[in-house]
Amino acid sequence: MKAVISVIGKDAVGILARVSAVCAEHNANVTEVTQSVLQDVFAMVMLVDISALSIPLAELSDRMSELGKSMGLSIYVMHEDIFNTMHHI
Amino acid sequence: MINLSDILETIRMIQDECLDIRTITMGISLLDCIDTDISRACSKVYDKITQRAKDLVRVGEEIEKEYGIPIINKRISVTPIAMVSAACEGSPVMLARAMDEAASAVGVNLIGGYSALVQKGFSAGDMRLIESIPQALSETSRVCSSVNIGSTKAGINLDACRIMGRIIRQTAEATVDSSCFGAAKLVVFCNSVDDNPFMAGAYHGVGEPDCIINVGVSGPGVVRAALAKNPGADINEISNIIKTTAYKITRVGQLVGVTASQRLGVPFGIVDLSLAPTPQVGDSVAHILEEIGLEQCGAPGTTAALALLNDAVKKGGVMACSSVGGLSGAFIPVSEDSGMIAAAKSGALCIEKLEAMTAVCSVGLDMIVLPGDTSADTIAAIIADEAAIGMVNSKTTAVRVIPAIGRDVGEELDWGGLFGCGPVMRVNKMSPSKFISRGGQIPAPLHSLKN
Repeated sequence: MKAVISVIGKDAVGILARVSAVCAEHNANVTEVTQSVLQDVFAMVMLVDISALSIPLAELSDRMSELGKSMGLSIYVMHEDIFNTMHHI
Repeated sequence: MINLSDILETIRMIQDECLDIRTITMGISLLDCIDTDISRACSKVYDKITQRAKDLVRVGEEIEKEYGIPIINKRISVTPIAMVSAACEGSPVMLARAMDEAASAVGVNLIGGYSALVQKGFSAGDMRLIESIPQALSETSRVCSSVNIGSTKAGINLDACRIMGRIIRQTAEATVDSSCFGAAKLVVFCNSVDDNPFMAGAYHGVGEPDCIINVGVSGPGVVRAALAKNPGADINEISNIIKTTAYKITRVGQLVGVTASQRLGVPFGIVDLSLAPTPQVGDSVAHILEEIGLEQCGAPGTTAALALLNDAVKKGGVMACSSVGGLSGAFIPVSEDSGMIAAAKSGALCIEKLEAMTAVCSVGLDMIVLPGDTSADTIAAIIADEAAIGMVNSKTTAVRVIPAIGRDVGEELDWGGLFGCGPVMRVNKMSPSKFISRGGQIPAPLHSLKN
C-alpha cells in the first residue's frame, strides 16, 4: 500500500529533509522521489510505502499539511488508489 | 508505477479546478419505524437515523484526507415520510422535527425525504404531509421536502400541481425573514427517482435496501479547463474531451463510494453522473457552455450545447462506475452557478430558455427566484409545464422556484454558501388559472404503454 506526497512551493533549505523526517517518525518508507526546482519553485513527488504506518493515513496528511503551513509550502498526501483509479482502466 | 503527469493532473484538478465529491448520501429506510402513535414513531425515526448514520461524517472526513479529495456534503435521505406518517392521525410535523434533530446529532447539513408521491392521487396521509410542508420547512433547518406529482406511467396530477403552487408560496411566506429560504428546500418532481443523492429532492425509495450509500460527483471546473486547453477543437473532439474528463471524475466518485460503503458496512448503491455547479468561481456549468462557444449562457445554441454536454458526461461516466443512478446529467440551478447568475442578471437567460434546457439535461427549473407577486396558479402552471416535459420525454424533471415575497425584478435573494444568490427573474403575466382550476389527471402519454 502506497501514498503519494506532493510538495509545491518556494524553494528553501531542508524541504526534503523535513518531509522525510516526518515520514521516518511515522514509519512511512520512502521508495521513490522525483524533485525539481524551476525558477525558484520547488516541486517534489515522493512515493512512500504506508503498509507499516504507525498512525492513520488521515493523521499523516494532517501532520504534513501543518508542516507545509509552517514552511509556506503546499503538501498533499494522497493514497495511490486515487491516481490508479482515475488514470487507469 | 504512477505517472508523474497523472499525479500533477489530479492535484491541479482538485486544487485549481474545484474537483470534488459533491455528496455522500446515506439512504435509510424508515418503514420499520411506522407506528400509530406519532411520538413513538418519532423516537424510532430518531434512533434509527442516529444509529445508522453515526459514523457517516467521520468516515467521510477520513476518506477526504486519505485521498486528498474534498467531500463537500455528507447527507441522509429517508423513506418518504408520507408513508411513515400514514398510520398516525394529525400533522406529521413532529416527524420533521425528529429528522432535523437526528441530522443535527450526526452532523449532516441536510436530510431529505419529507416527501409524498402523489402522481396518481392522494391518500389522507399524503394530504396531511403536503399541507404541513410550509410549517415543517419553516420550523426546521436541515429538512428537505419533495413531492412527485407526475410520471410517464401515471400522467400528471393537476390537482397536485395546483396545491403545490400554493404550498410553495406559503413556504416562501413562512420563511420570509430568511429570504424565503424554505422554498429552496422544496422540490416538485415528475418521474422522481428512488436513489437520488442530491438535495433537496433526495428520498430513499421503497424498493431500496434498508440502508445504502449513494454518491454524487461534481467537476464543472475540470470540464471547462479541459475544453479551454483545446480552443480549436471541433464539436466531435469537444464531446470526446468531455467524455474523458467525465470518466476521470466519475472514477473518483466510484472509489469514494466503494470505500465509504466498506468502512460503514453498508451496501454501495449508485454514482450519480452529475455536473453539479457551485457559486464559487470556476465551478460553473454555464461557463462550460460559454467555453464551447456561446457569448453568454442563454444565447441561441445553449440548448444544443447543453444536450452535447449532458450526453458526453453520461457516456464518459457510465464506463467508470459499477452502477449509475440518481439524476445523472448536468445540473442548471440558477442561484448556485456563477455563470447562470450573471446570465440571468444580464437578461441573456430567461425562464423560457431554462425550460427548453431542462428538456435535454438532468433536472429542471432549479433555484429560480420569481417575483413576489407571482400567483399560486402561475407557479402551478410552471410545474405542469415542466412535468409535461418529463412525462413525455420519460425523464426526471423538477421545479424548485422561490417566490421572493415583497420583491420584484431587479432585486435578488441571497442565501450565501452553496445555495448562492438569485436575481428575481421575469415571469409571463398571462393567467393560467382556468387551466389549473380544471383539476384532475392529465393522462399518461401513449408511449407509456410499453408492456
